[in-house]
Amino acid sequence: MSIALPAPDISRAITRIAHEICERNSGSQLVTLLGIPTRGAHLAQRLAAEIESITGNSVECGTLDITMHRDDLRLRAPRALAPTSIPPLGVEDRHVVLVDDVLFSGRTIRAALDALGEVGRPKTVQLAVLVDRGHRQLPIKADYVGKNLPTSPQQIIKVHLSELDGVDEVLLEEVAG
Amino acid sequence: MRHLLSIADLTKSDALSILNTAETLSRASDGPMKKLPTLRGRTIVNLFAEDSTRTRISFEAAAKRLSADVINFSAKGSSLSKGESLKDTAQTLQAMGADAVIIRHSASGAAHTLAQGQWMSGSVINAGDGTHEHPSQALLDAFTIRKHCAHGNDDLTGLRIAIVGDILHSRVARSNVLLLSMLGAHVVLVAPPTLLPIGVESWPVTISYDLDSVIESVDAVIMLRIQIERMTEMYLPSAGEYARFYGLNLDRLARMKTQSIVMHPGPMNRGLEISSESADSARSVIVEQVKNGVSVRMAILYLLLAGNQDLEVSL
Amino acid sequence: MSEKLFIKNGTLVDGSKANIHISDGVITAMDTADGVLNDERVIDAKDCILLPGLVDLHTHLREPGKESAETVLSGSQAAAKGGYVAVSAMANTTPVADNASVVEHVFRLGQKAGLVDVFPIGAVTQGLGGVNLADIGAMANSEAQVRVFSDDGHCVSDALVMRHALEYVKGFNGVIAQHAQEPALTKGSQMNEGIVSSQLGLKGWPAIAEEAIIARDILLADFLQARLHICHVTTAGGVEIIRWAKARGIQVTAEVTPHHLLLTDELARSYDAVYKVNPPLRTERDVMALREALAEGVIDIVATDHAPHGTESKECEWQEAAFGMIGLETALPIVNQTMVQTGLMNWEQVAMRMSKAPARIGQYYQHGRDLEVGSPAHITVMNPTATYRVDRDLVASRSRNTPFHGRELPGIITTTIFDGRVTFERSK
Repeated sequence: MSIALPAPDISRAITRIAHEICERNSGSQLVTLLGIPTRGAHLAQRLAAEIESITGNSVECGTLDITMHRDDLRLRAPRALAPTSIPPLGVEDRHVVLVDDVLFSGRTIRAALDALGEVGRPKTVQLAVLVDRGHRQLPIKADYVGKNLPTSPQQIIKVHLSELDGVDEVLLEEVAG
Repeated sequence: MRHLLSIADLTKSDALSILNTAETLSRASDGPMKKLPTLRGRTIVNLFAEDSTRTRISFEAAAKRLSADVINFSAKGSSLSKGESLKDTAQTLQAMGADAVIIRHSASGAAHTLAQGQWMSGSVINAGDGTHEHPSQALLDAFTIRKHCAHGNDDLTGLRIAIVGDILHSRVARSNVLLLSMLGAHVVLVAPPTLLPIGVESWPVTISYDLDSVIESVDAVIMLRIQIERMTEMYLPSAGEYARFYGLNLDRLARMKTQSIVMHPGPMNRGLEISSESADSARSVIVEQVKNGVSVRMAILYLLLAGNQDLEVSL
Repeated sequence: MSEKLFIKNGTLVDGSKANIHISDGVITAMDTADGVLNDERVIDAKDCILLPGLVDLHTHLREPGKESAETVLSGSQAAAKGGYVAVSAMANTTPVADNASVVEHVFRLGQKAGLVDVFPIGAVTQGLGGVNLADIGAMANSEAQVRVFSDDGHCVSDALVMRHALEYVKGFNGVIAQHAQEPALTKGSQMNEGIVSSQLGLKGWPAIAEEAIIARDILLADFLQARLHICHVTTAGGVEIIRWAKARGIQVTAEVTPHHLLLTDELARSYDAVYKVNPPLRTERDVMALREALAEGVIDIVATDHAPHGTESKECEWQEAAFGMIGLETALPIVNQTMVQTGLMNWEQVAMRMSKAPARIGQYYQHGRDLEVGSPAHITVMNPTATYRVDRDLVASRSRNTPFHGRELPGIITTTIFDGRVTFERSK
């Protein structure tokens, strides 16, 4: 097990992504951040705070649970649902930035696009992730990446955030055997 | 959890996970309710061997919102009313590939018999069996009570809930006694002695024969439907006497606590166990119960059918 | 075709060792020496108890009318396998055994089968309707010589009808066997009324529905100086009333079934209708009272109430299912488990409750005799310490509705001898 991303790097990545989002969307007035629970939701809140400190304006931020749209439900034990909360201005004609911790197969984002389609029709949908570990199974690409982390499919990435885990770090674990 | 047969089979955490899932689903549906793809390709059979339009359409709406294919199999004109055995019906449904059977039946234990007969592999959901249980109704009642009375708590600790009426013949009462007490509520059963079962003193409840002495202290009151047959079967002298002693009228309604609510599983006998004014009052959450019923049943279907039940539950 | 038999190394109910020589249906010699005679077939009864052949006073053989569930022949085979040499065929057949021709028909079927004596029980009322007396005298006078009358399955609930029935059979020392169940209190009843029935939402069957009739009939029997037999007592309260009656010298006898000595209403929680029976399984407290009463002799006999039903009558919703359990093949092991192994009774008492007393009540004079020289050779040989697992697919009965399926029971019946012939022998 090794630390792939220590706390200062995580902090810097978030700051950088916040800047990139503002730059690309000409500020944050039309931006809606939607975090994918659980850790994506916390990252979205951090991004929102960062964007606010950059622009001085509040930014729309909510959560989007994608559980009911997953294509692997039958492969796992029953999962608890997480809340979806769409901010007051909705998603119509907004630049929606989906926020997640790790981009891997791309299936979660596929489900998120479906879930988002049930809510409304944004002007654009963008994707921000803390870590892109490769091994995509679908034609999906992130717009904002904290760190590209080359991995083997057998390795496990663990993201810890202080809100949940008491510490900020990204760990890379080798599977035993 | 493969089947939902009885509240007695649930742990408190099972029950809370159903309520929490329903809560999430109901908040999502506050906006325009769209279909979720979760149970696409799954076949759910509504096997209703006894008339019950509201429970059937509630389960049907829940299943359809989760994109399941729903087959309705009702008593009238079905093979069950022609004397076909439950076993043959189950084998037929198995052959058709039913992933779940929602069964309403006049015989107590029919859902157990269907689930334990090893005639079919799908999930069995008890939608009311005789005078035994009606678990989904109890779950939607608990959901409604929690929403209005629990002050943000997860469970119902400290709440006083009265169930009034024909406890003896009520599957709603049996399921509610088990569930509400498991969730920490204090349940008071209010009924004339003829309509209380033998052995009720072993239930986790308080018994009262006097609605007036109970009504002022409860957070929620669940009024049960009284069947007209109970008069001819000599459980009660007359409908009028029942309404006078056990009906929820304006006078009793006025004496209820300020934040308390009035519930009824339906269908109501207006003017008998509940006056029209009470049923339509601001305290009444009877219509909301119907709405909550869909969310709770979606949660039940999701938790029973969406995941792989052979794997450990990680809720 | 009577055989000569030699039973060696057996143990009699008093604990003494015995070798028994049998010829022409009679016990011809008993000694302690192991001296087999010429042409004798040897039955090794090492480790086995030798009981006087068991007599059942309460059996449903279903013929005529429901031969798919049981016939006189298949029921006789089940009886022999269970160590019985005589059974009493209840009257609730189709047509009802309420006249001489039906009881003679059943009697002859029993003789034809030749495995046990089949003594028909006559109905008390026509068609078990509870209104008009059946042809009681004609049945008593028939070839079947009926002495026991019962509407079993139905209660003779009308007090006047019961009074007249009790009086009428005094003319030939008959006995009325009452199925004690007040109908108004048990309309639609499914199981014992109590904590379990209330939780399961199954309509309750109160103990007092049984006790009220027992009390009434005991008072009638006292008043009329008549003989009364109470079928399948199931409640502690019923036991108390019978104890009181016996202390007063009232001519009442009573029976208990093996299943009521072991099983309780808790089993209904499975909603498995194999546990649905009339009268219903009661509580642990009742079971203990019944065991005590049987040991004391307040309850005189064990009777099986063997009630075969086809699978379709049991594999369904509880309230749609038929009442009844088969019991002939498991009765003696259950009594061994509940009464002997618990120390409540010895083997002499078992012989009394399962052979001598039922024969006396039914007036089956060739049965229930001590095993001694000159007695008819009706003998049940059982190894009381060996155990076996009940398998409903291996029963001799045509029906498989045994509530003991899968249970390990103590007591293997190795040989049944009826009228000097081996009617059952367990394959080694």
